[in-house]
Amino acid sequence: MSGLDELRISFFQECEDLLDSLGEGLRAMSDLAAAGNVDDDIETVHAVFRAVHSIKGGAGAFGLDDLVTFAHLFETVLDEMRGGKVGITVDAMHVLLRAGDMLSDLVACARDGVTPDCERMGQLLAELDALVDGAGGGIDDAPFEFVPTIVSVEAIETIDIVEVAPETGLGASNYSIRFAPKGELYGTGNEPLALFRALQQLGDLTVQADVESVPLLSDFDPSEPRLRWTLTLATEATREEIEAVFEFVADVAELGIEALPDPGKRPDGGDTPQDRTHADAAPLRDKAQPFSGDPPPAADIDETHATEATSEPAADEPQAGLPEPARSAGPGSPSATPSSAAAPATIRVNLDRVDRLINLIGELVIMEAMLSQAIESAGLASDSDVSNGLDGIKQLASGIQESVMAIRAQPLKPVFQRMHRIIREAADATGKQVRLVTVGETTEVDKTVIERLVDPLTHMIRNSVDHGLEDAAGRAASGKPETGTITLSAAHRSGRVIIEVSDDGAGINRERVRRIAEDKGLVAPGTALTAGEIDNLLFTPGFSSKDEVSALSGRGVGLDVVRREIQALGGRVTIQSAAGEGTTFTIALPLTLAVLEGMLVEFGGEMMVLPLSAILETLRPSSATIHAIGRTGRVVANRGELIPIIDLADAFGVAEPGEPEERDVLLLVECEAGRRAALAVDVIHDQRQVVIKSLEENYGVIPGISAATILGDGRIALIVDPEEIIASAGLDTATPQLAANE
Amino acid sequence: MLQNSAHDAPGRREVVSFKVAEQDFCIDIGVVREIRGWTPTTVLPHAQDYVKGVVNLRGSVVAVVDLSARLGFGPTVPEARHIIIIVMIGDQTIGLLADVVSDILTIDDTSMRQVPDIASEIARDFISSVVTFEDGHMLRKIDLSRVLPELGAELA
Repeated sequence: MSGLDELRISFFQECEDLLDSLGEGLRAMSDLAAAGNVDDDIETVHAVFRAVHSIKGGAGAFGLDDLVTFAHLFETVLDEMRGGKVGITVDAMHVLLRAGDMLSDLVACARDGVTPDCERMGQLLAELDALVDGAGGGIDDAPFEFVPTIVSVEAIETIDIVEVAPETGLGASNYSIRFAPKGELYGTGNEPLALFRALQQLGDLTVQADVESVPLLSDFDPSEPRLRWTLTLATEATREEIEAVFEFVADVAELGIEALPDPGKRPDGGDTPQDRTHADAAPLRDKAQPFSGDPPPAADIDETHATEATSEPAADEPQAGLPEPARSAGPGSPSATPSSAAAPATIRVNLDRVDRLINLIGELVIMEAMLSQAIESAGLASDSDVSNGLDGIKQLASGIQESVMAIRAQPLKPVFQRMHRIIREAADATGKQVRLVTVGETTEVDKTVIERLVDPLTHMIRNSVDHGLEDAAGRAASGKPETGTITLSAAHRSGRVIIEVSDDGAGINRERVRRIAEDKGLVAPGTALTAGEIDNLLFTPGFSSKDEVSALSGRGVGLDVVRREIQALGGRVTIQSAAGEGTTFTIALPLTLAVLEGMLVEFGGEMMVLPLSAILETLRPSSATIHAIGRTGRVVANRGELIPIIDLADAFGVAEPGEPEERDVLLLVECEAGRRAALAVDVIHDQRQVVIKSLEENYGVIPGISAATILGDGRIALIVDPEEIIASAGLDTATPQLAANE
Repeated sequence: MLQNSAHDAPGRREVVSFKVAEQDFCIDIGVVREIRGWTPTTVLPHAQDYVKGVVNLRGSVVAVVDLSARLGFGPTVPEARHIIIIVMIGDQTIGLLADVVSDILTIDDTSMRQVPDIASEIARDFISSVVTFEDGHMLRKIDLSRVLPELGAELA
């Protein structure tokens, strides 16, 4: 892999983080806009601006033109906003939120080398443009442009700028700063103007451009920056603070900071060469235009020109941000200053390495179990040194195991954040007003679980918007606020992660669900069904409750797919609904996919593990409670319910031939659909944590078996999938209920 | 070094030869990861009869194919003297149950012959070619890709 490829990869990784903070910031702004007090948190706008700016900078370095163009306009709007030129209104935020989505699409397109959706991009560009134009027209009539084409020759002539800056307090000292950027500075997406603005936050700033070395067009090399600046700063800030501004460009620019003895005196541009002619400067701009990425020095001339113009009345629209130092002088406002110093240090680690470690730990646990068995069979006393040492190793091993699992555990936040976008799109598609509330997004889950949660959650959220919430009129009629609320919450509960998607809609229309299910032949007409059973019909394959297929969630792939995906993760989905109050889907997931709490059972001479999560209770019934139905069928009466018995040895075909006696140790299990069955085994050995080993890797899928594990003696035991056993036993959904009614 | 040069030489290859039901078979040495003694397997439900089950190979779950049953000689009743040849085919690790490993041999491509036309013999499906030696004994080269369990059938 070449160095550039690596840089590219790390750019896109950074983009993900930036897009996350962008989304978060935009939502915060949007909330504030809705509440009407945007000014409270101008720092959020800064954070959003920084994110867009960083993406633009990186994109420029990799020549991703679409991305640069879009990010540039986006950034301009944000800049206007933080300058107060564009109001942070609900409508404007709506455009910005969608622009944020577009930006993340563009990043994805650039990463995958796919052509972006030009039509949508064009439309959003126009909307963003309209935002800025609206502002420009509202404040003064001068046309406003963003591309570095309006640079005028005068800009070169009157390049020295005197800023109107806040009064410098006592104890201020003057610094003279020489700043000569190298080509890499522009190449890495930095912009001198941003740095100067940051300096301006520190105090009274004077900027002088040194155009001495700008050559004639014929000698012009666009890759070689020619502009230098001399800045004079009257500030109370220390030298370190000034250096901090330049921290990120220290390697790509020549920098000299000198303390001047006489504060208050400003150079008034006497050194600036005034003898540059129009002929020299205009071509410079023309040359500079074809640049993609962050604009070359010409762009800075452009902006400084605009700034300079502010000192004259009735001039061009002032560049936002510059004349407003007081406004943006809140905590951490200089845009070049890192603001996340308090965040804990993190490293990016290849997932394979973590997984290798987890595998090794798994082996360690197995080895330790084997050793423990060996010690036992060697007949060593339990207080011998060897046994004590082994106990120590056990503790260490479980400590290591927990720590490694913690490495894989990630907060659910990224998944939840994605759902904001899903809601937005779903709301647009259905014309409903929807608000997403997330709770507990810091809840940590295994990374694999997180990745595989995105699809089911997306589906459920869309389903909630499409089917769960009523339209605005319907809501108004039932006295609810017009904007529907969907709550996405996560929490740890008794060793599992519980994720809930709830809406405040009308609840499940059980009559309709039942009718549809009967029409589609999913249940026999007239079958007695409890409310819970009707709700569970939604998870039946082939059930799609919307009368007409909607583009959003009714594509024939229904909630059955969601349930299958959650089950594949070792979790379960349940549904609760109250008429008029809404519907809640609850997903219960294991914390990790690597270890399983299971019960070791034996039947037909085979040892197998049953997941503890599926087991409701274990029983050893008296023969009086077991009834035969037909030739082979058996049921057990338990707490007034008749539960079908499935002999695991029969189900797996491992029964020893001619075995007469019937197994009478029963494990009562329940599957997602609420169906219950009693699994018959010979012996229950014990309950233990087992390390899950894939069978598919080297062999394939076995019906009724979810995975394998390795026991203390090194032998392999298979892990039973009770769900599939019940399904393949062909128990009819309605049977247990009818039986119980007798 | 010697082994490598023999292996790399054009037209020559190294094979591991072993016995199944008193007949000599061989496979390329390149796919063989290790040879280990028989350990009891865990039976896989719903598996084909030639899949003896799975064993624990240093933490991985590896299926064991009973070559005798696969080649149509009837199932092996495994004892401690039997061996499992661990082979890598693509990304899959598979164990082959055989009676005994006899030798590692370097053979000439020129000594490889087509399988003679014997009608209705299961073993023929799994043998890609035969190698004859001057002393008269013969090696049957196994086509590993055909010996593997048919997963499609098990998925159904």
